[in-house]
Amino acid sequence: MRKKDDKQKGPVETTGHSWDGIEEFNNPLPRWWLWTFYGTIIWGIIYTILYPAWPISTEGATPGVLGYSSRAELQAEMEKFDTRLKPLKEKIVAVDLAAIKDDPQLADFARRGGKALFATWCAQCHGSGGQGAKGYPNLLDDEWLWGGTLDAIHTTIRHGVNDEHDEDTRTSEMPAWKDQLEPTEIENVVQYVLKISGQEHDAARAEAGATVFADNCAACHGEDGKGDQETGAPDLTNAIWLYGGDEATIRETVENGRKGVMPSWSKRGLDEAEIRQVAFYVHSLGGGQ
Amino acid sequence: MSTSEDTPLYAAREPIFPRRVSGRFRRIKWWVMGIALAIYYITPWIRWDRGPNLPDQAVLVDLANRRFYWFWIEIWPQEFYFVAGLLIMAGLGLFLFTSVFGRVWCGYACPQTVWTDLFIHVERWIEGDRNQRIRLWKSPWTWKKIRLRLAKWTVWLLIAMATGGAWVFYFTDAPTLARELVAFDAPWIAYSTIAILTATTFVFGGFMREQVCIYMCPWPRIQAAMMDEDSLTVAYRWWRGEPRGKHRKKEGAEKLGDCIDCGACVAVCPMGIDIRDGQQLACITCALCIDACDAVMEKIGKPRGLIDYLALSDEKREVAGLPPKPIWQHVFRPRVLVYFILWAGIGAGLIWALFARPEIDFNVSAVRNPLYVTLADGSIRNTYDFRLRNKHGEEHPFRISLTADDVPLRIRLEGTDDLVTYVPGDSTREQRVFVIARKDSPAAKADKTPLRFWVEDVLTGERAWKDVVFFGKGAGSR
Repeated sequence: MRKKDDKQKGPVETTGHSWDGIEEFNNPLPRWWLWTFYGTIIWGIIYTILYPAWPISTEGATPGVLGYSSRAELQAEMEKFDTRLKPLKEKIVAVDLAAIKDDPQLADFARRGGKALFATWCAQCHGSGGQGAKGYPNLLDDEWLWGGTLDAIHTTIRHGVNDEHDEDTRTSEMPAWKDQLEPTEIENVVQYVLKISGQEHDAARAEAGATVFADNCAACHGEDGKGDQETGAPDLTNAIWLYGGDEATIRETVENGRKGVMPSWSKRGLDEAEIRQVAFYVHSLGGGQ
Repeated sequence: MSTSEDTPLYAAREPIFPRRVSGRFRRIKWWVMGIALAIYYITPWIRWDRGPNLPDQAVLVDLANRRFYWFWIEIWPQEFYFVAGLLIMAGLGLFLFTSVFGRVWCGYACPQTVWTDLFIHVERWIEGDRNQRIRLWKSPWTWKKIRLRLAKWTVWLLIAMATGGAWVFYFTDAPTLARELVAFDAPWIAYSTIAILTATTFVFGGFMREQVCIYMCPWPRIQAAMMDEDSLTVAYRWWRGEPRGKHRKKEGAEKLGDCIDCGACVAVCPMGIDIRDGQQLACITCALCIDACDAVMEKIGKPRGLIDYLALSDEKREVAGLPPKPIWQHVFRPRVLVYFILWAGIGAGLIWALFARPEIDFNVSAVRNPLYVTLADGSIRNTYDFRLRNKHGEEHPFRISLTADDVPLRIRLEGTDDLVTYVPGDSTREQRVFVIARKDSPAAKADKTPLRFWVEDVLTGERAWKDVVFFGKGAGSR
């Protein structure tokens, strides 16, 4: 190649550094670059005056003359969000529960909002998918202690079960029978429950347990053992068990009794719109009637 | 060595006054500029009928509704891979062209080049050609100078505003926004976008010009990796031109090369460089110096091509007295083939994906929390969440059904007794679907049972399917 410095006025300016014979030109930066640099400094000064910037004390930074704070911005965003949802919240409370599903926008609002609320408040006991756990009902199946209609689910969420803080709460208790019944009577009635739920059982004992059941259990569980949604007494004849359907667990239930508690969500801080959202969501999970 | 103390740390931009030139490459640049500007300014105004409730703008980036319309193609967010693919193709295409033609993008098609070129033409139209502009630049601020400068800046500003203005039309209905803009009724984001793009166009095209290419753009640095000795560059045949000198001189004229040192190549250069110094970073290979030199060579009766598109390997061969390589040897290099195969492969893949994508678009996600639900009568139920997309402008009913090999299964849709769900126009609908296996039926007892969901658009009869799995008690108790 031809030499570069043919036409240049003086010798080529280099930084004086040399790596394997490669030298570095020392060309001046363009002046506009310098102006840009000064511009960023001026911008920085203005910014620190306008916005919170200098951490001068443990209390926090200089507030800035615009009075901006990210917390206030978040607050404003939340308020904006609430304002935007307000018409929907008012509407979901105003309409009939059964009418929610007919309004696609309202149904969408209920389902999405209900899902978020469920994950926050309900999933701890009922599971994130609503599948429940021992002692906590599965909300996906088709047996309901207190009814699976939208109205019944709504009432259960609103007032809870056995919640002493709410006088309208649903109350239900399986008494402990070990002091009321003889051990043989308990054994017989366990065999009877195994029989009516279609499981392996001792036929003679089950026969004897029928009378025990009729005298003591039928008041709540019904003469046929199919339960009663008025009193929250479970159906003992199907495949669904709250605490377990094996012989040992049934015996444990009969001897010691059961008393599950669900909080009253109207007393725990959910408003009516939120309760309706959760009810709609739970109803849509698969078990709703 | 660094010695001189008079070299400043910061240097002012040296003003450049490119002279008017005409020739082959100038003509190509006119065409490229015309087409590029026309595409940019006109595209948002092209209408395209998509039916009711859908926008009728041919090219529209609808950010609010997350849709991209391009004539007959409509891209939803989950199909963003089309855009990603196009961007990758654009990048590889740049590599491909650079490895063959050098900085052809910089010289002809880059927006910075196109708009700078346009601004220089405006400048020449108002202030005159090179010599007049230099005189004007040197003259004190007279009324004439103020008048000419104001006229030039006004025209620049109008072009810049049109440029910023055209950009926003790509993102919303152009006629509506145009009316709103005139009535000062448009969203502030439209005005601020126009203001920012107007400012950058005005400053970059009018004042920064070659500074953008030399100092701000990363591409001149990156492209060195794509080029080799077979890539085309604009070069000066120094072995023919040197020693340069005025041919009118009586003594020693026969020893001189073809270059008469007229300076035409320097005068027309928009980057303000001397191509005779050899390849350099600042050269964008716009080829205007070729046009300028060819015109001079014709006048003095010498062959054209003293400055020409040349590859480094040509230079070596010509200096050694050999004929230049045939073109195909420049073009068919492994590097070029690799770039081309990648570029064409992605392009073919995108076209295939475009035609293979089903008209009915739906996803099924099986609810796996829990795997299954035992019902009171002992039957087993699985749950599936459907997402059905309706790309038509009006509501369409979709019928959902399933097929499974010799396994009796029951299907039910959440919230309806029907097996049809209605999806509103141009939107997505989520629908929960339950599949139930009777107690002790094969599917209820098995671990997994394969099944196929079918979705049929009741109005058009189009069908699509997805395969899923049904979990039974064999999958473990819950």
